[in-house]
Amino acid sequence: MKKSRVSKTYQEINEKIRQGRAVVLTAEEMIDMVERHGEAEAARRVDVVTTGTFSPMCSSGAFLNFGHTSPKIRASRVWLNDVPAYGGLAAVDCYLGATEVAEGDPLNSVYPGEFNYGGGHVIEDLVAGNVVRLRLEGYGTDCYPARKQERNMTLSDMRDAILFNPRNAYQNYSCAVNVSDKTIYTYMGMLRPRMANANYATSGQLSPLLNDPYYRTIGLGTRIFLGGAQGYVAWQGTQHNPRVRRGENGVPREGAGTLATIGNLKEMSPRWLVGASMLGYGVSLYVGIGIPIPILDEEMARFTAVRDADIYVQIYDYSMDYPKGDLKSLGEISYGELRTGEIVLNGKKVSAAPLSSYYKAREIAMILKEWIEQGAFLLGEPQHLLPSV
Amino acid sequence: MKALTKKNRSPNIAPTNSQGSEGMAEEQIVSRKIVIHYTAENVDQPIICQLVKTHDLIFNILKARIFPKREGIIVLELSGNQRNFDNGIRFLKDKGLKVEPLSKSVNQNSDKCVHCGACTAFCPTDALSFEPGTRKVVFDPEKCNGCELCVSACPVRAMEVNIF
Repeated sequence: MKKSRVSKTYQEINEKIRQGRAVVLTAEEMIDMVERHGEAEAARRVDVVTTGTFSPMCSSGAFLNFGHTSPKIRASRVWLNDVPAYGGLAAVDCYLGATEVAEGDPLNSVYPGEFNYGGGHVIEDLVAGNVVRLRLEGYGTDCYPARKQERNMTLSDMRDAILFNPRNAYQNYSCAVNVSDKTIYTYMGMLRPRMANANYATSGQLSPLLNDPYYRTIGLGTRIFLGGAQGYVAWQGTQHNPRVRRGENGVPREGAGTLATIGNLKEMSPRWLVGASMLGYGVSLYVGIGIPIPILDEEMARFTAVRDADIYVQIYDYSMDYPKGDLKSLGEISYGELRTGEIVLNGKKVSAAPLSSYYKAREIAMILKEWIEQGAFLLGEPQHLLPSV
Repeated sequence: MKALTKKNRSPNIAPTNSQGSEGMAEEQIVSRKIVIHYTAENVDQPIICQLVKTHDLIFNILKARIFPKREGIIVLELSGNQRNFDNGIRFLKDKGLKVEPLSKSVNQNSDKCVHCGACTAFCPTDALSFEPGTRKVVFDPEKCNGCELCVSACPVRAMEVNIF
């Protein structure tokens, strides 16, 4: 590798942030900067590039400790607004998963099911300060005699509430189409027959892991924007897979890295955690995440200047290939093309729409930029990097 | 039935620059999408045909849910000159029907919308689209035909259609 002429450390950048001298750009602004001044000069001038993403992210959820009342209960079965939470942790601890559907929901028995309320919506209600109905069942022990309890609670009544998402911020994702001749309802949204539409995700050039394709600066301890508060990267996410096909720029051409994230739910906001109902599929949670990327050297300046036109995704059929587990790419397309709202696939014009909000992703990158400029947010140096290639 | 759009309607508009000065201002064609609410009492009366027969209006049914002895709705695109249009609407109201512009019945809840744009690929009339630059999802109620595909596509239920 070419020897870097610019070399900065986390400590140096944090010192500049403390003094209010750090130069911070969003990943969008960095594109222009590198184009105009080259990566060496950009690396000299810019200290941090902020990224953002706002998308339905399954594999999210919250650990809640709702506290004891008298008499005490070993709550082995837990519901919040009739959405079951997993109670097999301890007496009054539970884990509420974002994709858990409310008990009694007709699911897909009336197809396609509406899935109006689930774990993601409970989390949104909690951070909005709304009252939720907590229902507990225990089997009764000498130390925890109560068998049943019900009470109304708000997030501030909980002893502890930790958002812990085992898999977030997918580095790239697939673009979904439906080649069959009937409408299908998937976690990638509604897909009309004969490839009438194509749905895609991630915020592309603003997306955290697409701006650090080999995870040079992201790992356990990286401080991030999570749901409107300051959170952390806790580990590599489940299904993290760095060994995928990559472009010359190092950017994966399909789903690759993922992050496990953690933060204090009590500090988060319903603006950045929003329940989602995917028709005919189920419920999920929109999560807002932003990650600051330190420009340690020229290479990081080049990585963070990646643009939509240079990020490619694979197009997969979700009617036959995906459910069978037999993925065959129907083609490759760039975010640049997807963002025009229409792509050409097998000579056919197909409307393309995102599931991730670029508008909100940009807002997150701007907020994170402000936090850093004001000295309110210091970089967390990763203590353990994600597995890379 | 093909909806009348501004483009294919324009040849019918009488007052062009060459003819406009000949006092034909009244011939200005208007076209509005309206929702007509029937009650159980008036649902069996032949009403829509009078819009053509008496009031010389053109209609295009975008959506209808009508059953004997039950409340029902019809969504129409109604076109004609301004005076006939006004008379037609008055006629409907005199018959005891509730008439509203379609644009009043479809709403993008700005508190709920997260501007993902999942709806934009489904909207057949481009009423929902990305605002260039900001990449916000914007809704143009005048273009909407009330098909409700956006309601199915929206993961946060931001599109509210109050037709039925």
